[in-house]
Amino acid sequence: MEQFLQQIVNGISLGSIYALIALGYTMVYGIIKLINFAHSDVYMLGAFVGYFCMTTLRLNFFLSLLASMAFCTVLGVVIEKVAYKPLRNSTRIAALITAIGVSLFLQYTTMAITGPDVRSYPAMSGFLAQSVSLGSIRITMQQIIILAVTIVLMVVLQFIVKKTRIGRAMRAVSLDQDAAELMGININATISFTFALGSALAGAAGILVGVYYNSINPLMGTLPGLKAFVAAVFGGIGLIPGAMIGGYFIGIVEVLVSGYGNSMYRDAVVFAILILILIIKPAGLLGKNVREKV
Amino acid sequence: MKRLVSLVMVVMLVATLLAGCGAGDSNVIKVGINYELSGDVATYGQSSVEGIKLAVEQINAAGGINGKQIQLVEYDNKSDSAEATTIATKLMTSDKVVAVLGPATSGNFKAEIPVAIKHKVPVISGSATAEDVTVDANGVKEYAFRICFNDSYQGTAMANYALKNLSKSKAVIIMDSSSDYGKGLAKNFADTFKAAGATIVAEEAYVKGDTDFSAILTKIKGLDFDVIFIPGYYNEAGLIIKQARALGIDVPVLGCDGFDSPTLLDLAGAEALNNVYFSNHYSSLDQDPTVVKFIEAFKAKYNKEPNAFHALGYDAAMFLADAIKRSEKVTGEAIKNALESTDNFNGVTGSFSIDENHNTVKAIVVIELKNGEQAASERVAQ
Repeated sequence: MEQFLQQIVNGISLGSIYALIALGYTMVYGIIKLINFAHSDVYMLGAFVGYFCMTTLRLNFFLSLLASMAFCTVLGVVIEKVAYKPLRNSTRIAALITAIGVSLFLQYTTMAITGPDVRSYPAMSGFLAQSVSLGSIRITMQQIIILAVTIVLMVVLQFIVKKTRIGRAMRAVSLDQDAAELMGININATISFTFALGSALAGAAGILVGVYYNSINPLMGTLPGLKAFVAAVFGGIGLIPGAMIGGYFIGIVEVLVSGYGNSMYRDAVVFAILILILIIKPAGLLGKNVREKV
Repeated sequence: MKRLVSLVMVVMLVATLLAGCGAGDSNVIKVGINYELSGDVATYGQSSVEGIKLAVEQINAAGGINGKQIQLVEYDNKSDSAEATTIATKLMTSDKVVAVLGPATSGNFKAEIPVAIKHKVPVISGSATAEDVTVDANGVKEYAFRICFNDSYQGTAMANYALKNLSKSKAVIIMDSSSDYGKGLAKNFADTFKAAGATIVAEEAYVKGDTDFSAILTKIKGLDFDVIFIPGYYNEAGLIIKQARALGIDVPVLGCDGFDSPTLLDLAGAEALNNVYFSNHYSSLDQDPTVVKFIEAFKAKYNKEPNAFHALGYDAAMFLADAIKRSEKVTGEAIKNALESTDNFNGVTGSFSIDENHNTVKAIVVIELKNGEQAASERVAQ
């Protein structure tokens, strides 16, 4: 039982990261129906900016977190303006290929600057290095911070989407772009805002991973990005609560497969679940089957 | 007119051909260098070549081999096996070297071997550790040599070390299942361990690039074991050790030459790197006079501490020079025969002989880490 609870704690930490990345995928998909493959590299750059802040500039963790979120916000908007906006009216496949191009561009530009080697975050000191023991369950302060930061960011996100004007604009644009435009909503600004929001979350995920696992490299985004994408599809792509549930679900499943099954089948199980979901409920766990308008 | 032009052309061609033959200066021995100087594993190649250059400098300063100086012909194979093949051909046909040193990795070295056999030029790798480098189902590869131990031997040696030196009998293996290296070592470790009556409590696996090992470690934490073996590379091993220690797993951790990088310390942190032992080709702590002399000379030339690749590169060059000295003629075939009959060659990475499969018979070094520093080293015989 104790081991099970410890595994769940591990799974929640991992799931938080997937959920943060998945939110960015799902929001962008919800609004312009684009799978933004560059998103996982925004996450990677978030980790590198955090590394730079904590080693070269010697900022503390929270300032570094804000700095990397700010950097990723700007980066997300720039990517949208430069790479996706000119293609808004072309075919979806063109935008998708561009997204892959941007992803590779970010990966290899980073590699050219920082080199391909793994870098390690500085050792955590002070309260970040501590851990709490509940019976034989051990929860590190880093795990608590991951969960706390994730929950705070999700609450803020829900608030923005549900209660503010720009949030209402986002929902309107995702429902019907033309109608939203006729109602006087600035489509470009809304789409940019969505990218900014999603990228900020990815930036936060990046630095959290850096602190938790203290190993970062220019290609680190690929696999977590893919799994976060699975999480988004699992929950119902385009739906914010779906991405959260999907993220935590994938994180916990991975840990339980490694913990109670065979660690070699971990990724296979995750993707098998995705296939099952797509067969049984093609729109995802929370998704409704909507017939596409022709 | 046309005829005159073609006649001139023919004369020129013949002249170049003859010049090509004449260029074989008999006062130098040409040795090719085919190493990874850029690309993925550039650090391996660069380190090896630094070691080779130190060796050649010493040989030439001492009057060369039988009065002839060694001349190195150096090319970069860009960590690419196709490029390694091209360079091998170039070295053997147009540069006419008598032997080639490198490449450093098994894959690139294997790509070079067919070229070597075709042109009858011996090739020597300092660090290609894969099983089938020098011998395969068709028998031994005549012109291929290496001076390092192979992967399976490391697994066996570490199992013996756990059994005899550390007196452990319940092991957990956490292996890199995405490389032949990890799988091969895990298998040999398990076979040796079980043959001695000890038990493998659990076998877990991860793939290259993983960062989260908490699930595996939480799982094994509940088991009864007294040693962990991690066949894999420093990138993941560093994180596994860190996370294991954070969970309160403090049994000895055993590893292999894939641990040998300063990055291991960066990732795991000094506190976690206690009670960690790994096998290696060479240790800078070794008090053997050959090693001490090598380290002094290396520091004087490059102003830094030599690592295992430096030592292996140095030994590869010295091993070749030793064979050339003993061979009757400076031809590929004669040198090959001399290499084959090498017996008790005393190198920085230990003294070794060449067996009938062109593998080395040599001692392995086990290094103990304390607070992230190499604290002790021990030679464990085969």
